[in-house]
Amino acid sequence: MIFDKITGMMPVLLDGTVDVIKIFFWTVILSVPLGFLVALGRNLRLGFRIGRFDVRPISWIVQIYQLIMRGTPLMLQLMFIMYAPYYLWHVSMNRFTATIFAFAINYAAYFGEIFRSGIDSIPRGQYEAAKMLGYTKTQTFFRIILPQVVKRVIPPTGSEFMVLIKDSALANVIGQPQLFDSAKKLMSSSSSILPLVIAGVIFLILNAVVEYAFKLCEKKLNYYKG
Amino acid sequence: MNLIEAKKIKKSFGRLEVLKGISLQVSEGQVVSIIGPSGSGKSTLLRCLTQLETADQGEITVCGEKMMWTESGRAVYANKNTLHNIILNVGLVFQNFNLFPHFSVLENLIDAPIRIRGISREEATQRARKLLRKMDLASKENSYPCELSGGQQQRVAIARALAMQPRILFFDEPTSALDPELTGEILKVIRELAQEHMTMVIVTHEMAFARDVADHVIFMADGVIIEEGTPQQVFENTQNARTQAFLSRFSQNS
Repeated sequence: MIFDKITGMMPVLLDGTVDVIKIFFWTVILSVPLGFLVALGRNLRLGFRIGRFDVRPISWIVQIYQLIMRGTPLMLQLMFIMYAPYYLWHVSMNRFTATIFAFAINYAAYFGEIFRSGIDSIPRGQYEAAKMLGYTKTQTFFRIILPQVVKRVIPPTGSEFMVLIKDSALANVIGQPQLFDSAKKLMSSSSSILPLVIAGVIFLILNAVVEYAFKLCEKKLNYYKG
Repeated sequence: MNLIEAKKIKKSFGRLEVLKGISLQVSEGQVVSIIGPSGSGKSTLLRCLTQLETADQGEITVCGEKMMWTESGRAVYANKNTLHNIILNVGLVFQNFNLFPHFSVLENLIDAPIRIRGISREEATQRARKLLRKMDLASKENSYPCELSGGQQQRVAIARALAMQPRILFFDEPTSALDPELTGEILKVIRELAQEHMTMVIVTHEMAFARDVADHVIFMADGVIIEEGTPQQVFENTQNARTQAFLSRFSQNS
């Protein structure tokens, strides 16, 4: 009666799925705008010169932040954000908040690079043409550059969104409930591999939806090339 | 009235001095072509006059407004508002067209007039359509730049510049990125503009065209003006060895 078994497990697994979706949306809402700021910050030429050396404090800070975020395990970052405040100041964060916080600042570092490559790929001529028509810098960015950047960054951003769905499993390390956690618990309580298989299928479905959404966006922006 | 007055413009990139004190005037209705070998500074001069590069020294006045001048050896630029007003008087057609790929042909022509000049959408559209008819592109208003040939794109770019109603139009090698069989259509458009007494400064490698269309020809090499004058003076009666060498190389090639 495998069917009964599955229906019995579904409520717990669906709870986990809702948690994955929550983690996904909160992380996207926070990390995409943040990633945008990261891209702009890293490109910021603001600074001064010492001899032949350009000093760009903001760009440097952003680069160090990106090195840490991209250079250490996300699992370690989750644990650090969850437990460091307790060890240092004897205060602790709610698990969900810690999870979102860790995911958001980690993913913003990656989005920053994706958006930066998009911004840098727009030819200089676009800025020059806009300037000659009298567009201000802000108008140029939002009216001329950004729409073209969005089109270019859609494929890598889609990939990153799919990785995020799967990375939700990492929140297990700080005991944040989510799909992987539900599957693992069900696996030991029922001595069956089935929960793991169902969880895998659910992950696959979630990501198929994400992929489809991105395909639609791509199609919608396919009316022009360049 | 002189729409452009430039005095002793100097510009270096690092140690390379690209403009070594160029002076020129362009009066209303005049068509000036600038010719010369690659690397002579023609495009840099154009870019300094259109604010795409900052000159290191000299003085530039556009349409009676002082754009930049020199104080104790250093370039000083006018305030932001003045520079913006000056840019609105000036149009530039690029070698690589630089149309906005995400805008249709019509949007390329009306976006700036609506947003920057504050013209109503109806009026901007009406004017754009008129320009497109003139450019023989009336059927293309809903096309996107990627769907057009190079020659068509360049005509859209000219129309886009004209849609802002500039008092002076600059061309930076407008046919250099085009197949030889497409250059004719661009040159024809520029000739028509010349007949309407549009003030134009044209950097070009098309010698026959430069001779036909211009009232005044400037020959530049190594960052200086070697010779200037009427097309007859420069193309037919030049006494300058450098000009002669350049022109004879060109007639051999074509």
